[in-house]
Amino acid sequence: MKRLTIFLLTLVIAWVGQAQAQLTIEVTGGIEGAQPIAVVPFDAAEGATPPLDPAAVIAADLARSGRFKPMPTRDMLATPHTAAEVDLRDWRLLGMQHLVIGSVRPVSGGFSIDYVLFDVFGGGQLLADSMKTTGAGMRYTAHRIADAIYEKLTGQPGVFSTRIAYVTDQGSGGRVTLRISDADGHGAQTVVSSNEPILSPAWSPDGQRIAYVSFENRRPAIYVQDVSSGRRDLVASYPGINGSPAFSPDGRSLALTLSKGGNPDIYVLDLGTRELRQVTDHLGIDTEPAWSPDGSTIAFTSNRGGSPQIYKVSAAGGPAERVTFENDYNAAPTYSPDGRSLALVTRVNGQFRIGLLKLGGGGPMRIMSSGTLDESPSFAPNGSMIIYATHYNGRGVLAAASVDGRVSQRLSQDSGEVREPAWSPLVH
Amino acid sequence: MIRVMRALGSAFALALALGLGGCATEPEQPQAEAAAVIPPSSYRSDTGTAQTEGLVDRPWDDPSSPLYRRIVYFDYDSSEIRSEFVPLLQTHARYLASHPKTRVTLEGHTDERGSREYNLALGDERAQTVQRFLLAEGVRGDQLATLSFGEEKPVEPGHDEGAWSQNRRVELAY
Repeated sequence: MKRLTIFLLTLVIAWVGQAQAQLTIEVTGGIEGAQPIAVVPFDAAEGATPPLDPAAVIAADLARSGRFKPMPTRDMLATPHTAAEVDLRDWRLLGMQHLVIGSVRPVSGGFSIDYVLFDVFGGGQLLADSMKTTGAGMRYTAHRIADAIYEKLTGQPGVFSTRIAYVTDQGSGGRVTLRISDADGHGAQTVVSSNEPILSPAWSPDGQRIAYVSFENRRPAIYVQDVSSGRRDLVASYPGINGSPAFSPDGRSLALTLSKGGNPDIYVLDLGTRELRQVTDHLGIDTEPAWSPDGSTIAFTSNRGGSPQIYKVSAAGGPAERVTFENDYNAAPTYSPDGRSLALVTRVNGQFRIGLLKLGGGGPMRIMSSGTLDESPSFAPNGSMIIYATHYNGRGVLAAASVDGRVSQRLSQDSGEVREPAWSPLVH
Repeated sequence: MIRVMRALGSAFALALALGLGGCATEPEQPQAEAAAVIPPSSYRSDTGTAQTEGLVDRPWDDPSSPLYRRIVYFDYDSSEIRSEFVPLLQTHARYLASHPKTRVTLEGHTDERGSREYNLALGDERAQTVQRFLLAEGVRGDQLATLSFGEEKPVEPGHDEGAWSQNRRVELAY
């Protein structure tokens, strides 16, 4: 009976968790100059009852990117589903630059989604493909199609099929939860939940594991958890702080911050042998290690010069070199996927904002956000956007800004705080 | 006391259920949390005196005791002990030096500004600064432990200097 009660309670809580988990994404800037595109509702072949229309997911993805302006379906004069039914003159009259049509048909074990991308004025087919999927996988497959369309039209890989890890807090002693949702906010799942702080989620390069700091035993410890199975390992629980986990680009090591030596320093832990190697040794604070994409260099925050600034050091150790000279507070560096820039937290006129610094003398730091307490920058894996934590109407929310400055989004929950976003790698 | 235990019990049950609700939480987690709620010193009676003399055993709970004040505040992005808090720390140091079986955890905290991991490190630095001070005043190393919560446990929820100044602190948790 007791077991049944706990089981039922678990079901209720799991359901509530799902219901609260949805992240809502609004585009807050960048629509002007967006390319007009028509994504015609996909045909469902006779006998096929797909759980959703992939066209709706594709159109929403393209709209959310801020670079495309999908036509409302009610304005469409025709709804072709095959190339033979398409008359491009209809779409030229409507001012569309591109057209997407498609259909879903049943195949053994699931569905096949066929789609075609047209260049309305050029007259040709830019993409024509067929993708197998299941009912449960249809949303993901629609994101993959949106990725392919986005890459064809912008030259940059799409990130609609990626995921975002983030921490939610119900406030005033409530649960703190690490969640992962699809990049469009759907399908949020709990990674771990605790009454004590959870922070600093970090993805492995293959997107299969996530490292984080949890205070669940009343002191900080670092866990590495397999995302799909939920199995996890306690990898660091030394005296003092255990913080800032960051996977090396080959996925074999974890850079982290430990203060077991009397002050916070950067270490590298080999996840296979569990061998621990000290990388920095300084009396002040060294923390927030970030690997360069080639794995050669670790950037980090240090107050060795009196105020927090970004330094870099060879991953093998050695002397550190200062990287930031603007502003009196720079912290939490993260490399862009091409390794040419750092996103970081900086203080300008007393406000904490997200800065973008081109490495190797690329001019002054660009300020990418407009809040007062912005933090935790994380690059989209195609380098196009930076997601970060900010406040809106007195609540913790996430925001994303495109590196080209054209697009901005806000990601929020109905209730509670959202913070510490970490964008997953591209995993196909 | 019974009510406290009952509350802990139901908190434990809820924590267990919540733990199972998450797809990955290990079963030992809620136990560890529940166990940590009860300070071991509550049940210890080193001197063998009656439990009714609780305030004497735990003078830091007595508002008239000089040990009652046990929070040290810091300037922004600083872990230097302000001169106004030196007498307070010396009072605790004298008590600890004369009670070598008493242990205290130095809990370092910061305000919410800036990055979370830098703040975790800053809270650690603050706790370690207080630890060094107490050691220099004759407290034994095995009486002291440090723990940083960074910006994760503010006492004041506001987003202004009034709240921030209350949150930049080290608490002496006996």
